[in-house]
Amino acid sequence: MSVSLTVGAYGVAFGAASVANGFSVLQSCLLSLLTFSGASQFAVIGVLGAGGSAISGIATASLLGVRNALYGVIMAPRLKVHGVKRVLAAQVTIDESTGVALGQEVRGTDEMKKGFWYTGIGVFVFWNLFTLAGALGAQAMGDIRAFGLDSAVPAAFLGLVWPRLTGRFERLLAVGCAFFAIAMTPILPAGLPIIATAFIAIAVGLKK
Amino acid sequence: MNSFWIATIGTSVIAFALKYSGHSVPEKWLSHPKIQRINALIPIALLSALVAVQSFSEKSTLMIDQRMVGLCVAIAALMLKAPFPLVVLSAAISSAAVYNWL
Repeated sequence: MSVSLTVGAYGVAFGAASVANGFSVLQSCLLSLLTFSGASQFAVIGVLGAGGSAISGIATASLLGVRNALYGVIMAPRLKVHGVKRVLAAQVTIDESTGVALGQEVRGTDEMKKGFWYTGIGVFVFWNLFTLAGALGAQAMGDIRAFGLDSAVPAAFLGLVWPRLTGRFERLLAVGCAFFAIAMTPILPAGLPIIATAFIAIAVGLKK
Repeated sequence: MNSFWIATIGTSVIAFALKYSGHSVPEKWLSHPKIQRINALIPIALLSALVAVQSFSEKSTLMIDQRMVGLCVAIAALMLKAPFPLVVLSAAISSAAVYNWL
């Protein structure tokens, strides 16, 4: 629930940024309802806001969205859902729901499922409500940095990855990927430095 | 249909296709221990990269600003075993304080 509130609140920032970058309120809300993946959404509005093409915006957002497919691979054998429920599960398969579920791993599959659904649906509701609020209040809100929202999301990601840094190897991988992503940011197109770290994980996972 | 609509719809369709495809991969693909290990490592890699990029960059430009303070406070809170909301809240408050008053 706390994850839902925290990250849902960041929807204000997305709604505001989206409108400021030239998307309409309707388009902003559709992105939150249908895309429902914060990093992908920020990527697409960022690229188009900076004058990029629709194709490059879609490509950047989709590269960031690949990790949701990987999360789906992790979650599917635990959730074991089909039909409409699988469609719903797929839609709420994001960083937060998967992160919370994996955080419950030691408590068993039932707790993982509970964590996944509560977090996924909770974030979905708050994310969309606050996107609408942010889009409508874009002008009124002004600067999201004055509210510390620009630090809330990295802190949330950090809180999600922290419990997974169980050993020296995991901590080394985390720090290595963080530095790699920063080093590549000025060189590669937005989004690629992040997705490239997935290949680092694959490479070290295969080797070990 | 302008580029904003194309981007909105295209991003949404691919985002869902990616999510759904992940849920539809045959389970036996996962039986290999190396695949499971990689699956556990990928979130560590991506989330760490997200923390770093969202803390120290604006688009393709690297920068150090109030977010670094927020990040340091969050790390300190986590080391003190603070609960998740407190971690995020302390990061936001410290970052906003630096931004507004320094």
